[in-house]
Amino acid sequence: MGALELRGVTKNFGKTEVIKGVDLTVNAGEFCVFVGPSGCGKSTLLRMIAGLEDTTGGDILLDGRRVNDLAPARRELAMVFQTYALYPHLSVRDNMGLALKQAGASRSEITAATDRAAAMLELEPLMDRRPAELSGGQRQRVAIGRAIVRRPKLFLFDEPLSNLDAALRVATRIEIARLHRELKTTMIYVTHDQIEAMTLAHRIVVMRQGRIEQVGSPMELYNNPANTFVAGFIGSPQMNFLDATALGLAPGRVGIRPEHLTISRGTGEIPATVSHIEKLGGETLVYARHPQHGMLTVRLFGEHDYSVDETVHLTLHRERMFEFDPAGKRRT
Amino acid sequence: MKARASTGRTIAAHAVLLAYTLIALFPVFVIVINSFKSRKAIFADPLGLPLPGSFDLVGYRTVLHQGDFFLYFQNSLIVTVASLFCVLLFGAMAAFALSEYRFRGNTLMGLYLALGIMIPIRLGTVAILEMMVASGLVNTLTALILVYTAQGLPLAIFILAEFMKSVSDDLKNAGRIDGLSEYRIFFSLVLPLVRPAMATVAVFTMIPIWNDLWFPLILAPAEDTKTVTLGAQVFIGQFVTNWNAVLAALSLAIVPVLVLYLIFSRQLIRGITAGAVK
Repeated sequence: MGALELRGVTKNFGKTEVIKGVDLTVNAGEFCVFVGPSGCGKSTLLRMIAGLEDTTGGDILLDGRRVNDLAPARRELAMVFQTYALYPHLSVRDNMGLALKQAGASRSEITAATDRAAAMLELEPLMDRRPAELSGGQRQRVAIGRAIVRRPKLFLFDEPLSNLDAALRVATRIEIARLHRELKTTMIYVTHDQIEAMTLAHRIVVMRQGRIEQVGSPMELYNNPANTFVAGFIGSPQMNFLDATALGLAPGRVGIRPEHLTISRGTGEIPATVSHIEKLGGETLVYARHPQHGMLTVRLFGEHDYSVDETVHLTLHRERMFEFDPAGKRRT
Repeated sequence: MKARASTGRTIAAHAVLLAYTLIALFPVFVIVINSFKSRKAIFADPLGLPLPGSFDLVGYRTVLHQGDFFLYFQNSLIVTVASLFCVLLFGAMAAFALSEYRFRGNTLMGLYLALGIMIPIRLGTVAILEMMVASGLVNTLTALILVYTAQGLPLAIFILAEFMKSVSDDLKNAGRIDGLSEYRIFFSLVLPLVRPAMATVAVFTMIPIWNDLWFPLILAPAEDTKTVTLGAQVFIGQFVTNWNAVLAALSLAIVPVLVLYLIFSRQLIRGITAGAVK
């Protein structure tokens, strides 16, 4: 029995089907990330778990109990929103304590809980400020603190880092990972950023158009994608897709990650023309064009020099390539 | 170059606005200065300022002694404040429901409620009077409050619904997860955030109610339910009009609305310029 179970969950907005039957079990203490392009239904699914959206069909079970008709506040979960959603008229302390106050906790319990959460997130100096007096990163830490205070059975994160700048995003990501290690509570985290998914998750749920495409650990998805969508979505820079017939294989496509292509000025399987080069210091990305395969990305470690329009030869590591049938499914 | 162009534009804008202010305030100014003059001085020199020779408080004395002007003021205030309260409360609640909940007929309901903006309520005067007679509300302040609430609601709902749509969904959802009731979400999260819009609606609702002569005259003309605007009519006769008293009554009638306006004005400006000024 999982901490959260979804059984054939569907959702319609009017006549449009946004969630088309989702089955999923999230184990207790797991960090599960829903990832997918915008509009894939991942946020809607999260809001359905929270009880903020009605379920059209199927069952949602928390700890084995069906919660479809339970109000959000009674599902014993906490949610962190992309826009922080702090109450503008309350101080940080009151923001964090409101849920407990609503639940009828005593003042000393509330103070103890908020102080503990504040200590975890180093919010003590900010406790008497209003949200308007905080920076974006501080606001998101308060929002996370508000979630911790309730000691929920399940944490829900709805793209919590999307409004933060790059440096803060990394810092907050590490903080969330640390919190999960300390609290050991089940967490569900929605993001469109596959790097966040890869770095945080125990298990990633890749969604597209209201359906689950694949569920697995980050490395399972990376090393064993079920179809071209998952293969292209996980990993950065994106996987290269080549024409299989041109390589003398059964019709369909062949996927190869940029790091599994070698480049040479002398000889190789695929001759291509360099069209762009990105030097990042630690690695170099070479974009080369081939008339049949299109644009191919090669990832090289260290600094390398190629000039635009130069002809190069690329070689595939055959043991690292993935074969897909014309429908995009992985060939086994 | 650019700075100079904008200075020129600023001067032009100010000139236009000042001219408009003068035109708008001139009648008020004439009423106020003449209310402090003797009858003779009003007719001799209507535009003259009250000087030692022409200064006279006879108008104010008449108003305060003849008729029960304090009662009229009280009636006007009760009607205006009670109607304003009802319009803001029910208008905001309806706007919240329309903007927040998905239910069958939502759009239709919104259109129906906004219809009143285009149809003047006075067209229904006869039916309203019949209803008030049937329910025994003629010559009560309740009749006026009900009518003014109905009159103010359409615009209030229309404006407030637009503003409420702009309140973050995440905030309301956070409240729901923390266990706030829909009423608490409405009163303590949403209403404070649409306060500028509420002030705008309050001003636009309040002034027509305060100034109205039509409904008090028809629905509540009795001595103890008269409003100020109706009370001032006693000084206007078919043959003789007591101008001192009329002008004094009107000058006095400006004060309470002015006070209410000043209370709302800071919020009002924010409400009107929301979105227009970044």
